[in-house]
This record gives sequence, structure tokens and C-alpha cells, in this order.
Amino acid sequence: MIPNDLSSRISKWFDGSGPGADIVISSRVRLARNLAGFEFLPCLTKQRKTDVLEKLKDAILSLDIGEDVFFVNMADASSLEQDLLVERHLISRQHARGKGPRGVIIAPSESFTAMINEEDHLRIQVFQAGLQLKECWEKINRIDDMIEQKVQYAFSGEYGYLTACPTNLGTGIRVSVMLHLPALKMTGQIEKFFNAARDTNLAIRGLFGEGTDAVGDFFQLSNQITLGVSELDIVSEFSGSIVPRIVEYEKLARAELLTKQKNAVDDKIQRALGVLKNARLISSKEALFLLSQIRMGVNLGRVKNISITTINELFMLTQPAHLQLNKGRPLDPDSRDAVRAEIIRSKLCRN
Amino acid sequence: MQCQSCKQNTATIHLTEIHGGQRHEMHLCEACAHQQGLAVKNQIPLNELLSTLLAVQTQHYSGGGSDEMIVEDIECPHCGMTLKRFRKELLLGCPADYEVFDKALRPIIEKSQAQNTSHRGKVPSKVPDDTRQQIGLLGLRKKLDAAVKAEDYETAAKLRDEINRLQ
Ligand SMILES: [Zn+2]
Ligand SMILES: [Zn+2]
Repeated sequence: MIPNDLSSRISKWFDGSGPGADIVISSRVRLARNLAGFEFLPCLTKQRKTDVLEKLKDAILSLDIGEDVFFVNMADASSLEQDLLVERHLISRQHARGKGPRGVIIAPSESFTAMINEEDHLRIQVFQAGLQLKECWEKINRIDDMIEQKVQYAFSGEYGYLTACPTNLGTGIRVSVMLHLPALKMTGQIEKFFNAARDTNLAIRGLFGEGTDAVGDFFQLSNQITLGVSELDIVSEFSGSIVPRIVEYEKLARAELLTKQKNAVDDKIQRALGVLKNARLISSKEALFLLSQIRMGVNLGRVKNISITTINELFMLTQPAHLQLNKGRPLDPDSRDAVRAEIIRSKLCRN
Repeated sequence: MQCQSCKQNTATIHLTEIHGGQRHEMHLCEACAHQQGLAVKNQIPLNELLSTLLAVQTQHYSGGGSDEMIVEDIECPHCGMTLKRFRKELLLGCPADYEVFDKALRPIIEKSQAQNTSHRGKVPSKVPDDTRQQIGLLGLRKKLDAAVKAEDYETAAKLRDEINRLQ
């Protein structure tokens, strides 16, 4: 299997299935690990980076995780292939554009990836649709156990798993959920949510778009504290208390919008549909913005005949690298906007 | 706390920004934050938080003069990482750095980890005796590299056996 094979389909964990997926699109758990007896990446020579890469690659490719995983050598991948993996959230932008010997192992279902030589020697991730953090943790814990049978991790009794950056120290765990919160945004309550997150040591960022500029009401919420709290406690707090509370607020905001501003909401949704069904040129930013409104419309029962899966698919397939790989050639931004508009029209008007 | 902009409402949005190593704090009410287009500004990214902590720490040391010299001069004998470089890149060079830079790192770890200082949670089934063994491995590998370079294959073979036994 090669990365291109992924480009025409939607990731399983992004297809709108899974518990609570109208608001919690997906769950992810990541573990950061380093090999004992090797320097961390900033001080690792090229030769030893290759040693780490080969060692971890051999170890992970030999595991039985229930499907045939494949390896992508990042140094050999084209920039479109690299971008494809970033757009699918399988690797970080930093890993795609990094330097030196590095790679990623991917399960074809995209429920598991292992980045080798990113910021740490190894970063493994498990994804699931909807709110399924416990399931993610159980799976990644099992895979971590299996890897540990083959290699020795850098670990100290006091600080736990040793990581290149002290902010990942201890468990090395990063638990995150991808949230769609259009009603909180529309009703001006999203700032409260940001502040509450900050007060409780959680990190929040926009999921699409660059830097702090969040486009399309999608947010990623993750833990910041990795030391002194067990993995299971972090996971339980997220899935048992933090996320359900946010879901409840979003639901309240949605209900309030429907009772107090039904016409305004319908107007927004129908205008979005009108543009998407007719536009001949559309930027990825505008597409994200409008698709987000339609997604809410579907979830509120204000739009019939369009499935959440279709909307999620459009989010994924209209990203720049996806467009180009599916067209089979590089496209300049103007042609991309035309192709994007064409794909959206064909999917939405078919319904 | 009062909103800095309208000086009427209660400030509910607290922003910290770092420009050129300077820390700026802003306290605004929701309306003013919204007006200034700051309302949906994201939380400070972790690395900025860390560089703020480091900047504050350096300020502490610069008061003492000689203290600063001592702090800046530390270099890890195993990987060559210096405290100065860590302050810039925010990444450590090897597992031993947690011991080598202990004094400087401890307050940073405490602050970025909500005052926690010791690990709770998963422990690998093959726990190394302690980090000393890992440091030992690093030294052996360095010797191995040197032996290979010097084409001293007998020593290299011995070192390889030693490394395989330890890991
Ligand atoms: Zn104000
Ligand atoms: Zn070191």
C-alpha cells in the first residue's frame, strides 16, 4: 500500500460514525517514547538516526496489530504525499517538513500510526470515530507493550518516560478529541469555553487553518499535563467529565438557536447550501466555513437528504493535496478552487 | 479585575502574548475582546509558555551576575547539549540531561506540569536499573563509534557485545 491509495477515500475515524459523533468527531491518544542508550533527536547524528529508524521500523512492522501496516520513508515521499498525510492528521506538519532519516508506519484503516524520528524517537497514535478515548487507550497500551518487548525505552523512576521536551515528560500521553462546536461559536460562548479550558490546563486549537486562525468551528482539545497523573485518570476525566460537559453546552446552544433564532439559522444554512451548490470557484477556507454550517444544519435536522458522512468526506477530499492527488497532477490555486467547487457541486446536487 | 479597554466591565479574557521576548498581558471583557478580534484567539501554545518560563528564569539569574555564568556554562558530557541551547530550542539532547540540568529544569517541569514532580502511571515491564545504565550505554556507543572509525574491529566487537548485553 502507498499513501496515494488513501487519497480517494475518507478515514474510518472521520466518517461520522461512533458515539456522539455529531459533536465529537473523533478521539485520539498519542504516546511519546524514546529509546534508551540513544541521544534525543537534537543531538543524534545522521547515522544514529538511521539506526533508530531501522530499529523501530523492524520492531513495529513485525507486530501483529490485526492488519498489515505499511511504512512510508518521509525522506523519499513527495511533498504532495507528505501533505496528504498531514491533511489526514496521520502525521504532524513538523514530521512532513522535517529533515533527516524519518518515517511513519500506517495501518490501512488509519486507526494506528507510528511516527519515527519526529520530536521524539517514537510517537504512536491511535484514532477512533466519536468519543472512544478508553478504547483508544486500551489499544495503544497494548501496542506499546508489544513494542516494549522488542526495544528498551528511556525511562526514569522519578520522571517516567523521558522525552525530548519536558512538557511531554512522565506518561508521554496526549489525549485529544476533535470537536464541532458551531452553536457555541454562533452564540458567542466559545470564548468562555476557551477560558475554561485554559483554567483547567487543557490545550485547545482550531483544527483546520493555520496557527490561531480557526476556520469552520472545528476544535481540538487535549491535555497539557503529562507528569504525575496516570494515563487512565487523564482518559477517564476526559471521557467521563470534560467532554460530556462540552457536548452538553453545545447541545444547549443548539436548542437555544432553534427556539430563538430559527429563521436566522435556517437562512445561514440555506445560503451556505446555495453557494456550495452553485459556486464555480471556492477556496478551501470558504468551503470549510460553509460546510461547517451545513454540517450543523444536518445535525439539527434542518437539512434533509445530505448525510454527515458526505459532509465529512467533502471536508477531507477538498483539501489541497487530496484534490491534486485525486486529479493525478499538481494544480495551481485557481484550478484547485475550480476543481473543489466541482466536487462539492457533484456531491451535494446528487442528493 | 476591570477591563483594560472600556474600564467598565469585568475582565474575563486574559491574554498573554510574547513579542521579542517581552511578555504582554491583556485583560479584557468579552465585548471588547470581540471588538478587537481577539475573542477566538487560541490558548498560548506550549512552546511559548515554556519560553516565557525560561525568560523569567533567566531574569532571576541575571540579578546575581556570577550565577548566570554558572548556569549558562553547563554542558552535558554525554550529548554536548548546553543549557543555553536548550533555552533556545526547548528540546533536550539526551536522557541524562534530566540529571545534568536538574537544577535548572526542576522549576520548569514544576511550572509546566501543574506542580507535579514525579511520575504516576505506566511503568515498562523491563525497567532499567536506573538512568545510569542508560548513560552507560551512551558512553559505550560513543566508544564504539570511535573504535569503528579507528578500524579497531576487535574492540568494536567487544563493545557491541557489551551493548547488546545491556539493552
Ligand atoms: Zn471592556
Ligand atoms: Zn545530554
